[in-house]
Parts: sequence; C-alpha cells; structure tokens
Amino acid sequence: MSLTKRAQERLAESLPYEELLPYEQPSYVHSYVYLFGVASLASFILLIATGVVLSVFGPQWWHFSVVGHFFNSLHFWSVQAFFFFMVVHLWATFFQGAWRDGRGLTWVVGVITFLASIVTAFTGYVSQQNFDGQWIAVQGKDAMNSVGVGAFFNVLNFGQMYGFHIFVLPLVVAGLIGIHLTMVRLRGVVKPYPLEDQSPEVAS
Amino acid sequence: MKFMGQAQEEYYRGVRMVPYDLLKELVLALAGFGVLAILISVLLSSPDLAPVTIAAWSQADPVDFVTTASGELAGTTTSAGYGAPYNTTPDAYQHWGPIAPQAWFGVRIPVDSANAFVIDPLKRASFSNADLGASLSQWQAATSDQQAKWLDAYTTALADATVTAGKVTVKTGDYGPVPLMMSNLLGVAQTGGLDGLLVINGRFYQTDYTQPLLFIGDGNYFAGLAENAHLSGNLWGMMNETGQYPGQTWLWLYTMWYQVPPFTSDTGFLGLNAGNADFGIIILMTVLTILLALVPFIPILRDIPRWLPIHRLIWRAYYAPKGQGPGKPRPVKPLAAPVPPAP
Repeated sequence: MSLTKRAQERLAESLPYEELLPYEQPSYVHSYVYLFGVASLASFILLIATGVVLSVFGPQWWHFSVVGHFFNSLHFWSVQAFFFFMVVHLWATFFQGAWRDGRGLTWVVGVITFLASIVTAFTGYVSQQNFDGQWIAVQGKDAMNSVGVGAFFNVLNFGQMYGFHIFVLPLVVAGLIGIHLTMVRLRGVVKPYPLEDQSPEVAS
Repeated sequence: MKFMGQAQEEYYRGVRMVPYDLLKELVLALAGFGVLAILISVLLSSPDLAPVTIAAWSQADPVDFVTTASGELAGTTTSAGYGAPYNTTPDAYQHWGPIAPQAWFGVRIPVDSANAFVIDPLKRASFSNADLGASLSQWQAATSDQQAKWLDAYTTALADATVTAGKVTVKTGDYGPVPLMMSNLLGVAQTGGLDGLLVINGRFYQTDYTQPLLFIGDGNYFAGLAENAHLSGNLWGMMNETGQYPGQTWLWLYTMWYQVPPFTSDTGFLGLNAGNADFGIIILMTVLTILLALVPFIPILRDIPRWLPIHRLIWRAYYAPKGQGPGKPRPVKPLAAPVPPAP
C-alpha cells in the first residue's frame, strides 16, 4: 500500500481544483456583502506583510524611526480594518443563514477564527512596548489569572506575548482561515432562502 | 471528504452561473485597501505614548512612589496580597462557589513584593553606603510588630508629606530606619537604577517585565495617567486607546459587563459580584461564545435570519420579480467518477 498514492487519490477526490478555484459563481452571489469576506482576507494579508516587516527590524525601529512608525501605523490600521471587515462578514453571513444546507461547521470554524484573532490582537496590544501596552497588560492579567490561564500565559512577560503574537497565533489564524476558505469553496455559496418563504409580493 | 466536492456539484445543479473572478477580486481588494491603509497611516499615524518608567514615576510623584514602596514592605499593595500565581496570600483568589481555577496551579510566577521591590534593591545600593547598610540591619533585626508600627506611623505621616527638590519629607516621628531606607530607594529610582534592577534581576538577557509592571501598577500615578486617558475599567478601558484612536473595539461586549450589575455590585447575584467580576465575566463570555458558535444547531436562534427581512436586502436581485437575475443555468454534469486505480 502506497500512502503517497492513497493521499494523492484522496486529495484529487476531496479537493478538486475546479471547486477550490472556480471561475464562475451562482448568479445570486450578487451583493456587496460578499466583498467583506475577501476584504477580511486582504486586510489579513496586509497584516501579515506589515507584521513581518516590523518583526524583522524590531521594537526600537518601530518606536524611534519615522519609517518604522509608519509601518507600525500600517499594521495598526490593518488590524482595525481586519476586525471591521470580519465583523461585518460575520453579521452578513448570520443574516444570510449561511450555515444552512450542511454548512454548520463552516460557521463554527469562522467563529473560532474570530476568537483566535481576538487573542492574537490582544497579544499584539500588550507587545506594543508603550503606555497602552503596559496598561492593557496590567489590567488584562486579572482576567487571565482569574481563570488560571495567567499561570501559563503571562501577559506581563513581553517575550512570551511577542512569541505568541508573531509566530504561534498568526499560524493558528492563518490555518483556520485556510480551513474556513476550503470549506466555503468545497461546499459552495449558500443559496438564498427559498422563494416560498418570502411574502407573496416578493416571491411573485 | 469525497462527498464535499460532489456536494457542490449537486448543490449548484440547475442554478444560473455567471463569470466570477475570485483572484481578481482579491488582488483589487488588496490593492485598494493597501492604498487606503497607506493614506490613513500618513494622515492619521498611530498611537505611541511612551511607557511609564519607575524613574519617571518617582520623579513626577515621589510621595506616591514612597507610599507604594512602604505598602510593599507592609504587604498592603495589590501585588503583595494578590495570591496565585504570584504569592501564597490565603483566600486571595477569585472564585465562584467552590470553583476557583486561579488557585488550581499555585504560585507559578513567584513575586515577593517586599524583597523584590524594596529590600533587594536597597541591599545592592548599600554596598557603598554605610548609613543605609545600618538602616537595613536595624530593619531586619526588628520584630514584625515593630516593623508594622514604624510603617503605620510613616504611612500616616506621608499624607502630609512635603516634596523639596524631589525629596520627600515627613514630620518628625518614630519611624525607625524607614525614612532613610525610603529616601535611598527614591534616589535609586529617580536615577533609573530601579528600572534596571527590577528588569535585569540578576540576569543579562531579559524580556519579562512582570516585576516592574506589578510595582508600577501598585501605585496611583500609573492609574491616574490611565484615568486621564479614559482607559480605566469603569470607562470601558480595555477597548480604548490613548488619544483619539480606535482601540480594541471588538472587546465591547466583554468590557460592557464590567459596567453593569451584578459585576458592579458588592452583593451581586448568584454569587457573581464585583469581587469576582473577572472570573464571572469570563464564564459569561464563554457561554455566549459557545452559543454563537453553535447557532446553526440551536432551534429558534438559527431561524432568526429567516424571520428577519435583512436577507431580502442582501439578495434583492434574486428576490426581484424578474427572477434569478443574469446568467445561464449550470449544465447538468454527471457526478465525478471515482479515480481509477493506477495500473
């Protein structure tokens, strides 16, 4: 038995490229709300790109050089945009009932991605090495300690938080986004609620 | 996983399909948002208020610094009586009935406030200061009752302390060696020495700021700066940012609970109150988050969007009288044949 061959066969069956990267979509995919999913992805890509630049040059650079502070600003506004787009995407998919027709797990993975993003952003805020970072760490420790997490996840420890922020958690979020997107692509975009569910003047 | 690919094939059967360039959409979104982010960053920059140092604190508010340091010696500060994970103060942990995860893992990050923030730095400073050395010896030789009397008297006197050229002076009294110890600690702090001592802590490479942050957090100066910046807990602090910038606005629901009963009340409800607000709010948010994640599987909750007309706005073209809009029906294709085995 060849594991490689079996893996290749399973991938060919379960991840057909024409479904992963289609060039046509159902005509009902015709609303601006669909853009917020891809806008979330775009802002996440920019977050990663600016984060890589910041981590390459380090905290002194982003505090004490004009270019470093500019990249810090790009990172800051990217995270604001990422959450704005993601929250609108979440609400839009809620109002679409996007979990219908066997898409419940896609929704669950999306919510977990949102949670992981919040933790990632939190570690970023306490890693800023400025007054805001100090204050959030001192305040946030109480919540972490109250549930026992603080014994292992010390928000006052810059080294630990920075490691989580630039490596562990981005990897988790990126992986979850990848799973979420794959599930969306393989299942397809959920249909509108059936016309018979609508009021007569709309359904006519 | 095989069913997933086929599911879409079946799902779209008979549905009108239109050309859609996903990659172009992503590239355009990336370019558009990238330009927007550059413009906003150039025009609005980002918040970056300098951190508080122990030196800045002791220079700006020497009385608060000395009061806090005296509190560390007396064991009356927040960090000195915090309990797990920093020290063993009995019954200091948050709990809801018998549930007390804060106490489960014991002291994982040991912090001895009196020694770490006051005594050990003074020992280092006494190397070339005989008077300070004698004061430390007197302090350590005294009984705990005597130490408490000195500290009580000194802390009371600090309420009327005067500051001259950065030095704290109190009225004459029986404070034992405490005034000399505190004036030396203040001197070390004002020159920046205490910042270094607490961060380095006998090591060379250091990235753990637990001790200096706990010490700074014990004082009123730090909290006062945060209050002025609208960052206090009763001002939705965790989601705010210094200046006029947006903060972690996505924490609004979590932060909101700190503003309402029972988490603002001493008596509380069902054992949840201001005293265990952190723990209670985490429990509440965990329950709400699980509900959000499981919406697809919870009757009534999952039906809400069907009842609300918002989806008709989202798909208004689909629900328009003309039908399903542009495009042609997807041709009916046979299901994907299983992959034949390799010869």
